[in-house]
Formats: sequence, structure tokens, C-alpha cells
Amino acid sequence: MSYLPEGLPAPSSGADGLSTPYWEGTRKGKLLIQYCKGCNHWQWGPEWICHRCNGFDLDWREIEGRGTIYSYQRVWHPVHPALNGHGPYIAALVELPGAGNVRMVGNLLGDPKQDVPIGAAVEAVFEHHETASPPFTLVQWRLV
Amino acid sequence: MTERTLRGKVVIAGIGETQYYKHGQSPDSEFKLALQAILAAAKDAGIDPKDIDGFASYSNDRNDPSRLAAALGTKELRFSNMQWGGGGGGVAAAVGNAAAAITSGTANCVVAFRALAQGQFARFGRGTGAPLASGDDAFTIPYGVMSPAQKFVMKVVRFMHDHGVKQDALRAISMASYHHAQNNPRAVMYGRPLDEAKYDASRWIVEPFHLFDCCLENDGAAAVIIMPADRAKDLPHKASYLLGVAGGSDHRCAAPVHNAPNYASSHFATVAPNLYNMAKMGPQDIDVVQCYENFTGGVLMSLVEHGFCKPEEANDLLRLENLISPTGKMPLNTSGGNLAECYMHGLELVNEAVRQIRGTAVNQANKSDAVIVIGGPMVTPVSSLILGSEATL
Repeated sequence: MSYLPEGLPAPSSGADGLSTPYWEGTRKGKLLIQYCKGCNHWQWGPEWICHRCNGFDLDWREIEGRGTIYSYQRVWHPVHPALNGHGPYIAALVELPGAGNVRMVGNLLGDPKQDVPIGAAVEAVFEHHETASPPFTLVQWRLV
Repeated sequence: MTERTLRGKVVIAGIGETQYYKHGQSPDSEFKLALQAILAAAKDAGIDPKDIDGFASYSNDRNDPSRLAAALGTKELRFSNMQWGGGGGGVAAAVGNAAAAITSGTANCVVAFRALAQGQFARFGRGTGAPLASGDDAFTIPYGVMSPAQKFVMKVVRFMHDHGVKQDALRAISMASYHHAQNNPRAVMYGRPLDEAKYDASRWIVEPFHLFDCCLENDGAAAVIIMPADRAKDLPHKASYLLGVAGGSDHRCAAPVHNAPNYASSHFATVAPNLYNMAKMGPQDIDVVQCYENFTGGVLMSLVEHGFCKPEEANDLLRLENLISPTGKMPLNTSGGNLAECYMHGLELVNEAVRQIRGTAVNQANKSDAVIVIGGPMVTPVSSLILGSEATL
């Protein structure tokens, strides 16, 4: 069962395919982040160029799904029909020390009314949407 | 080499706006609203609207300068300009672009304008209706992070966490706008006062934003006419000179998926120093503050980044008694701003700044020689400007 109701927009790599390796990785339970082979630097979100050395030699590397909460939000007002009547939910901004402290957005699993401690450790949970067409997987987070 | 600056080079010659409506309530089309505001600004400046030779806007305004020029009977179109970026981030930059065109001799009389009719077009505060989220959106929208409030609030949460800023500070910002709107018949929230209990009882949109921390969505249009400073003596009103303008954002501000290095920011960290450098003044010289409220938390960070207080002083400065005109030490959003006058993407704040300098504002400050307009925070690029009376030149 997914954290948020079905019916929200599904993630897509888009026409340019920039983020295809990431989304294919999540299907296999792998968390892949861009890594610049030119200057040994992590980068997120995906881009065609390394912002630091301006090289195009970017790799995708698997990292451990462990991070800390950098910021968060508890949403009450639904702005999408799929969320009408759902009640509050939490989105977290998670910093990944294993990848140069890049940040990712995901939902914080558990009680939507829980206190959210900034700085707390979290781990990734792969949330598979098998009945979607095509199927996709979201990376969610839970307190450890 | 002569100093490269816009300081004192142009004046806001005229201001205009339509009636302001709740979103979807305008009886007129968006293009007609734009025309009405431009004509009102030309009349206020005492000029023939056919002498306007340039158009500047922002936020992907839909009202094309060539159509406007044809419709108005513009004698000669010399400048047509769009500032990149969404929301009200470009409001001051649009005025600055107009000023740059005039100062460089590219145009003589430029109107900066914004028109919105959300009944005719779409609202801002709703999520996408598309079945897929691609590109950077794929990393946020499926998690329910899609509206402007949801995109920006985590900056505010982190800032308040880092600096111990309390909810009361946000409440004071909201109440200042509503307080001022009660004297402003133009204001959409005229006759709709807000007190602490009503704020506290209002529903959460996304914590820490209550309903009253979030801007309105409105229909209407506003416009300002910008002309060379040497025309000031011919104009019907006390002159409002542009003292400084700056736009942009700091290092990798738009790094995808919330990866800006300076995250807990309204994005003015580099812009505000550039503004003050051009204006040859600092926050201590500003008499009245117009600061774009998409959300009160953005105002909080904008005020800090423009030097009106240190982060740890925000709880002390952001009290209602400090923010109301004429008695407060820092009158803020004296027409009601985006929260309570009208969400016209900040152009209503430029009009109000001019009224303050002329001495014709409904909540006139005791001293109003230098007025700052801070554009929409937390987007990129952002922009801000300072207007001044002749005494500030």
C-alpha cells in the first residue's frame, strides 16, 4: 500500500531520458545518484553536465539509502483531486551524507501527525507501484 | 569611464490599476484589463498613451507587446521585454529593464505592467492535472509537493528552525497587511479585518502557513510608466526616482530537487547588496517597506536578507506595532499587499511605493522619502528596487 493515494501524477523520465537510470534503479531497489568521474563529485538532481567542473562524464552510482532530515512539511490543504479528503501528509527533504550531502524529497512514512525532528536519521523504503501502467517505484523514508 | 548606474536616471511618471477582483470574478478579459491599467497609468502621468514606446513585463505575462502596441495605436514600438521567471520575482526587474532601456537611449517612455484573469486562464495554487510528472517534477510531485506553498515551505521551516523564529512573527506580517487593507477601498480584503484569534483558528494550508499566511489569487492589472528623470519637472506629480534595482539569485539557486546550497533563503543574498550599492544607501535609510508576500515566511527571509534585522532579531522586529503605518518603526505593505489588497504579482506594491513618496497613500507613513519594493521571494530570479523622492538624490 502506498503512502499517498493512487492517482497522483506518476514519475516519468521524460523525453530526454536524463533521469532514466535513476527510475530504472528504483525498480530494482537501488538508489542511484549522479557522480562526476571528472572531479569526483556527487550531484543531484540529474543534469547533463557537472556543475562543478563542467564535464559531461557523469556516472550513476549506487548509494546506501541512509540520510538525515534537513527540512520537512506537513501538508493539510489538498491541491490535487487524488488527495481530497485524505488528510495531512508529510514530505521530507533528506540529506544524504553518503553522497556529498545532496538532498532528495520523499514522504516520511508513519503517523502523518508525528513530530518531525530536523537532523534525525532516516532510511530509504522502496514503494513499488506495481499496478500502475507502467509500474514505477518511489523512494520513501522512515525514521530509524 | 562614467559610473554605470541607473540611480536617479528615471522616474515613475504614472501609476495605474484596474479594479481588483477575486480570482475568476473579472467581467473583463485579461487583455482588456491590461489596456485599462496602462491607460490609467498614462492618464496619471499626463501623457498621450500613444507616446508609450516600450513594454516590459515578467512572469510570462500573456499580453503581447505587439498586440498592445497595435491596440493602443502606439506610434513607434522601440522596446519589448520579458523578464524570465515566475511569480512576482521579476516585478522590480521589469521596472529595472524599462529603466535600462530608457537610460541607454533605447526607448523614451516604457510601461511596466502585469495583468491576470484567472477565470479566463488557470489558477496558481492548484496542482497539475497531468497524469505524468517528468524532469525535475518527477522527484517532487508524486510525493505531493506541487503547489507554490509546498515548493517553498521547507525553506521557511528550516530557516525558522535554525533561528528560533516563532509563528507569531508570521502572524504579525499577515496582520499588518490586513490592518492596512481596512483603510484601502481598492483592497479585495477591505472590510474583512483579521485579528490574532481569527488567524490562530484558521486552517493550515501547510505548516507553518495558515490560510492567512498565503497570498490571494486575484484578477486585475496594474501598470507604471517609466520616463527619463529630466522629464520630472513636466510631470503632474511629485517625482518618484528609481534609486536602485537589482535582480538575480545566488550560486546554484535553482539546483534541482531543493539542492540550492543556500537553501533556507528568499534568494536575495546577493541581490540585496547589489541593490544597496546602486542606491548608495542601506536598510537604515529606508522609510517604508513593500515586501512581496506570496507567503509570510518569504517576507521573513526577505527582510532579513535586505538587512532589516538579523535572523535572531526577527521575533522582536516582526510585531504588529512595528509594522503598521504611521506609528510603526518599519511600516510594511501599507496598502495591504498581496495578502489583502491584491495579488497582482507585486506591481501593486510598486504603485503603493509611488503613492507613499507622493504622500497620497491611504496609510501614509510619517516619513516616506525612500521606499523599497522587494519582489516575490523564493523563486529565481528575484528582484528588488528602491524609489526615492527628489530629496534622496
